[in-house]
Amino acid sequence: MLTLSTGNNAVAAAVRQADPAVVAAYPITPQTEIVEQIANYVTNGSLKSKYIPVESEHSAMAACIGASITGVRTFTATSSHGLLYMQEMVNWAAGARLPIVMANVNRALGPGWNVWAEHSDALQARDTGWLQVYVATVQEAYDATLMAFRIAEDRRVYLPVMVNLDGFALSHISQQLEESPVGDFIPPLVLDHAIDTQAPAGYGCMTSSSDYFRIRYDIERSMRDSVQVIRETEEAFAKTFGREYSWCEEYRCEDAEVLILAMGTLGKESEVAVDILRDEGVKAGSMRVRWIRPFPELDLKDRELVVIDRNYSFGFGGILASSIRAKTGRECFNVIAGLGGQEVTYHDIAGFVKNRRIGEEMWFGVDA
Amino acid sequence: MTDKRVQILMSEISASEYICKCTSACAGCSSSLILRHVLKAAGRDTVLVVPACCTSVLQGVWPNTAFNIPVYNVAFAAAAAVASGMAAAFESMGKDTNVIAYAGDGGTVDIGIQALSGALERDTNFLYICYDNEAYGNTGMQRSGSTPLGARTTTTPGGKTHAKKDLDRIVAAHHLPYMATACSAYPQDLIKKVQKALSIRGPKFMHILAPCPPGWRYDASQTIEVGKLAVKTGIWAMYEREYDTLTLSGPTKAALIKPAPLEDYLKVQGRFSGMNEETIKAIRGEMERNLRLLKAEAEGTC
Amino acid sequence: MYEIRLHSRGGQGGVTAAKLMAIASFRDGKYATAAPFYGAERRGAPIVSFIRIDDKPIKIYSQIHNPDLVVVLDPSILDLVHVFEGLKPDGKVLINAPGVPEKAKGYNVQFVDLTSIALKTNLVVAGSPILNTPVIGALAKMGLFSRESASAAIEEMFSDERNLKAALMAYEELI
Repeated sequence: MLTLSTGNNAVAAAVRQADPAVVAAYPITPQTEIVEQIANYVTNGSLKSKYIPVESEHSAMAACIGASITGVRTFTATSSHGLLYMQEMVNWAAGARLPIVMANVNRALGPGWNVWAEHSDALQARDTGWLQVYVATVQEAYDATLMAFRIAEDRRVYLPVMVNLDGFALSHISQQLEESPVGDFIPPLVLDHAIDTQAPAGYGCMTSSSDYFRIRYDIERSMRDSVQVIRETEEAFAKTFGREYSWCEEYRCEDAEVLILAMGTLGKESEVAVDILRDEGVKAGSMRVRWIRPFPELDLKDRELVVIDRNYSFGFGGILASSIRAKTGRECFNVIAGLGGQEVTYHDIAGFVKNRRIGEEMWFGVDA
Repeated sequence: MTDKRVQILMSEISASEYICKCTSACAGCSSSLILRHVLKAAGRDTVLVVPACCTSVLQGVWPNTAFNIPVYNVAFAAAAAVASGMAAAFESMGKDTNVIAYAGDGGTVDIGIQALSGALERDTNFLYICYDNEAYGNTGMQRSGSTPLGARTTTTPGGKTHAKKDLDRIVAAHHLPYMATACSAYPQDLIKKVQKALSIRGPKFMHILAPCPPGWRYDASQTIEVGKLAVKTGIWAMYEREYDTLTLSGPTKAALIKPAPLEDYLKVQGRFSGMNEETIKAIRGEMERNLRLLKAEAEGTC
Repeated sequence: MYEIRLHSRGGQGGVTAAKLMAIASFRDGKYATAAPFYGAERRGAPIVSFIRIDDKPIKIYSQIHNPDLVVVLDPSILDLVHVFEGLKPDGKVLINAPGVPEKAKGYNVQFVDLTSIALKTNLVVAGSPILNTPVIGALAKMGLFSRESASAAIEEMFSDERNLKAALMAYEELI
């Protein structure tokens, strides 16, 4: 069924399809519509979940953990300060090997209070063991949420998945949505380590120094195995629903001499910049990075790289650019742009490419 | 027991304004009205600690502020904890600066309750004011623990099925030197209470009802009327507690003798529209229970 | 691509009007996006929505700086905001007014008194006339989308038939 939907409503619609038993969430701008729409679905009976209106984000993730360990599907959503407030439990969810799915509506961090798009919030959780994907269209928000449940709940993974969408820039805009009924695309959850009073076990108890590292290695092993699961899930999704997704979304990369790499809506608007550049004789291509955990193998070849970071690691650099450099050894022109919802247009992006200085970092609006 | 019915004359209220006429408040905002009077009572030697709430937005956008008093904006859960640190610091410097945490119901009753309880238990020298618009106003009217039974919010579209959390008795359990309830529609009473609070050393708490036009769904021009109805019906009781001594405020004493019909309060608000008889009965029952307990406490018979 | 910038006040339904425009375009078989621009707005404060319509998928998320059409739901905004900023040389303007306001003279303006239409059809909620559905009728008359799609969009979002009635009135009364 084809409709017009906002990014937030698309996430809520996908959650309704996935039918989690428990949703525990706390409102925060710009995530609120996800929570409100789910409350509507539960009130009108179209979603049979138990909706817990918890009193804080820390409690939201804690409640999801409590629900998830009994072996039921769970979901929550948050943003920026909410994500940071639950950080301890975010870490716990991955360590506890729970297939929780969380939508994070990317938003800048205070002080000062700023409710607009930035990726620093989710990137602070990049070391926790959560899988992370960044979407750029309303359709992708829906599709990625559906796939997230299947990936998280796969026995080879059993790790939580964060679906990121840009605050306001995607969460609040209306685009076309095909609300594909999920059918049996997401198999029922079977959590091998679920609480079982017939076969009692202790969870998360004291762990000595001779054992702890083994448990942490196990997370990494599953993170590595998740690469195959993600690939299989995206292929199955394409077969079932006819929409293809991969590690990145490539646009006019085949004969490109310079690549623009970015996450989220900037990565999509980059495609418009590519068209402009091509008309001007610049062989540009756009490679929108979707997955950052597990970090993908990027097919960079020998093109020049312009990496746009909508985030920053103070005293170090843009996180996407630093990650690419760390993984591939490749230098790039790192543009820091879009922080706190700073406006970045396709003209600006084309300008980054035309005026690139490989090996340098440029703070848009400050340096140029 | 001394007579606490001291009248504040309008002429005695400070003429100084600490809030400029250019806040981003909605028309009919009770909170900005409350704060205007709180600051008149507190005076210049005051710092406000403000967690995420409507007040965060009222100040306006950097680099300007509509508040002519130092305002420290902090994360949602942290108001009382930040105030606690600030109070200790002023004390270490021998300063008497008023530290006032000014928070909405969300940041007090839900996410902020841990910090509040800790600050009260540690005898922090500060005044905590919770202005209560009975929902998360700043993020678009989602329910809070302080949303009353039956009220419609964006996360309780069918009406809240849980009762309003009894914040005042939770606070009272910390046995503080002074706590009071007030309402935006009774500014002189409010000013008197703030002045009284700030004259005492130790943890002080005030819970102030702040009717909210967009949240409660009534016309902005009715904002004082709605506040008065809350008190006159008895659904919002005004009183002071100094340790174990409870004194009912004048308007509440009057409401106990001759309450206005509860329906008058409920029917003027869109958030209560369509409530069934059972819910109204439950609301009335809760209200009567609260008044009964307060009355007994005031009389010393409980 | 056709770009529309819609100016209204918080609480007047500007965000919904943008959605309706997108739905109507979409029913016409086009691609459309509607993006409200949220500043630190409060009820009554001026707000802006951006609507884009195209025959191919729209990949732009940034603000509209050079609109083809500017829609003003509340003429009092003309005193507060330079609504015509960046309007294309051949760009059009649609204003909710009984005539062309002074500040709009010199632009290619069409107008319709949406407020009076709302009052006539009793399309009033909590004391405020509803402007977002009637404006869709006027926009259909301007050729933004078909009348059928405009009606379908309104019926999709609103069950109260006064909405469609007001839209049809606006369609007829547009000048």
